[in-house]
Amino acid sequence: MLHYLRCLEGIVRREALRFVHQRGRFISALVRPLVWLFIFAAGFRSVLGVSIIEPYDTYVLYEVYITPGLIGMIQLFNGMQSSLSMVYDREMGSMKTLLVSPLPRWYMLTSKLLAGVAVSILQVYVFLIIAWLWGVDIPLIGYLTVLPALVLSGLMLGALGLLLSSAIKQLENFAGVMNFVIFPMFFASSALYPLWRVAETSPMLRTVCDFNPFTPAVELIRFSLYGQLNVNALLYVSGALAVFLGLAIYGYDPSKGFVARRGGPAAG
Amino acid sequence: MKGAENAIVPAVLEVVGLSHNFGARRALDHAGFTIRPGEFTVLLGQNGAGKTTLFSLVTRLFGSDQGAIRVFGHDVNRRPSEALKRIGVVFQQRTLDPDLSVRQNLMYHAALHGLSRRAAKSRVAEELARIDLTDRADDKVRQLSGGQARRVEVARALMHEPRLLLLDEPTVGLDMASRQSLLEHVRRQCRDKGLAVLWATHLIDEVDDESHVIVLHQGKVLDTGVVNEVVERAGTTTIREAFAGLTGSQLNGGKAP
Repeated sequence: MLHYLRCLEGIVRREALRFVHQRGRFISALVRPLVWLFIFAAGFRSVLGVSIIEPYDTYVLYEVYITPGLIGMIQLFNGMQSSLSMVYDREMGSMKTLLVSPLPRWYMLTSKLLAGVAVSILQVYVFLIIAWLWGVDIPLIGYLTVLPALVLSGLMLGALGLLLSSAIKQLENFAGVMNFVIFPMFFASSALYPLWRVAETSPMLRTVCDFNPFTPAVELIRFSLYGQLNVNALLYVSGALAVFLGLAIYGYDPSKGFVARRGGPAAG
Repeated sequence: MKGAENAIVPAVLEVVGLSHNFGARRALDHAGFTIRPGEFTVLLGQNGAGKTTLFSLVTRLFGSDQGAIRVFGHDVNRRPSEALKRIGVVFQQRTLDPDLSVRQNLMYHAALHGLSRRAAKSRVAEELARIDLTDRADDKVRQLSGGQARRVEVARALMHEPRLLLLDEPTVGLDMASRQSLLEHVRRQCRDKGLAVLWATHLIDEVDDESHVIVLHQGKVLDTGVVNEVVERAGTTTIREAFAGLTGSQLNGGKAP
């Protein structure tokens, strides 16, 4: 038991140290949502009117509306980036040192996932502080109630990244993931516009948005920021987490997973 | 001469009838051998002979199609935990985190193996002293030379005091002097601590007179035993000739024959 805890602590510590050492990564992770908040939201404030919808009890400014979406974006990028780093790690071998340690593999992968989520939550809070300075008001209790939502959505998106990293042999660069995962997930969701507005234009797109697991992640975060629980979103996110994590662990299983079936080592 | 002794000393690593395919390519073909405590065993083979595949199977990076691998009697596939905690690995690729310090890298590894922080700290101090890098403990790995980084990897693999050390082409990319010092360092561990070592290489001059060798070629173990036995069986005078005779091909490395 102690072994498990020490191992988790070690993995989180390493992730945190790496994060501290890669200041560029931190800054770019922070600049991305801020650009959306400062520029995009300002520009679209007048174009997109957001009427009163749950959980808001009054008309809200567009920057208030997209804040949960941008939080989701931070976590989405984080999840994908850690998946990318895992493919990189696998090629570079540091994933191997993780996989050849004695604890069960599912535990190692879950620990790695938790470590990534911890880092993403740190980024989210820094973002929330800046958003607050920018005038995005969130009830004080919201900063607390959003935490469990962040853990869950972060785990779900991280598990998706983990799954991708097990299934994809090589990520040539980040562009592929951007094009095929991040952009579609981000845009076909409730992050930037309420779904009723999407439905006005295209009912089909609305259906796509409903299926996109990023939508419930954003909604879970949105409601929890106002101290409310969106049960449907909670169920969907939990279900997606279970499926993604299950498949990822399967993918990394030494005897049956994708990793095993893939062509062998290049040399040796 | 060692027959009677071998019968009672339990095997550290036992590989039996091990086969593995990648698609249509057969990477290992009924490979089998045994390693006992204190033995320095050189796994000799050209690039593509199946050395890395063998290492991946022994460390259960992936499971084998056929055959068995036992570490101190524990089947790697059935009881991976028991097997893995007795193994230390140095992979062919560099696997240290270049942005973290030497100490942080070693502490991370200790955590993966469940050492308490206090135990880990004292192990780090011991291992760093052994590899003569105590004064570099807080430098980033990026700042080390290739030879130093390799030594740190060996130290890391030994952090949890395994009984079996696997090294996959550890000297690749090192200059002559670093190569020699790494080899001596590992041989010393082998002698002093009774550590069993499996050292994969394609450089034939890394075999010395006391080594055991496993000749691996196209996924098959062609011969295995103490170096002079293998040479004798091949009817040659040097391991280089024996290897050439067995495999029908030459290995480079070291002095010309």
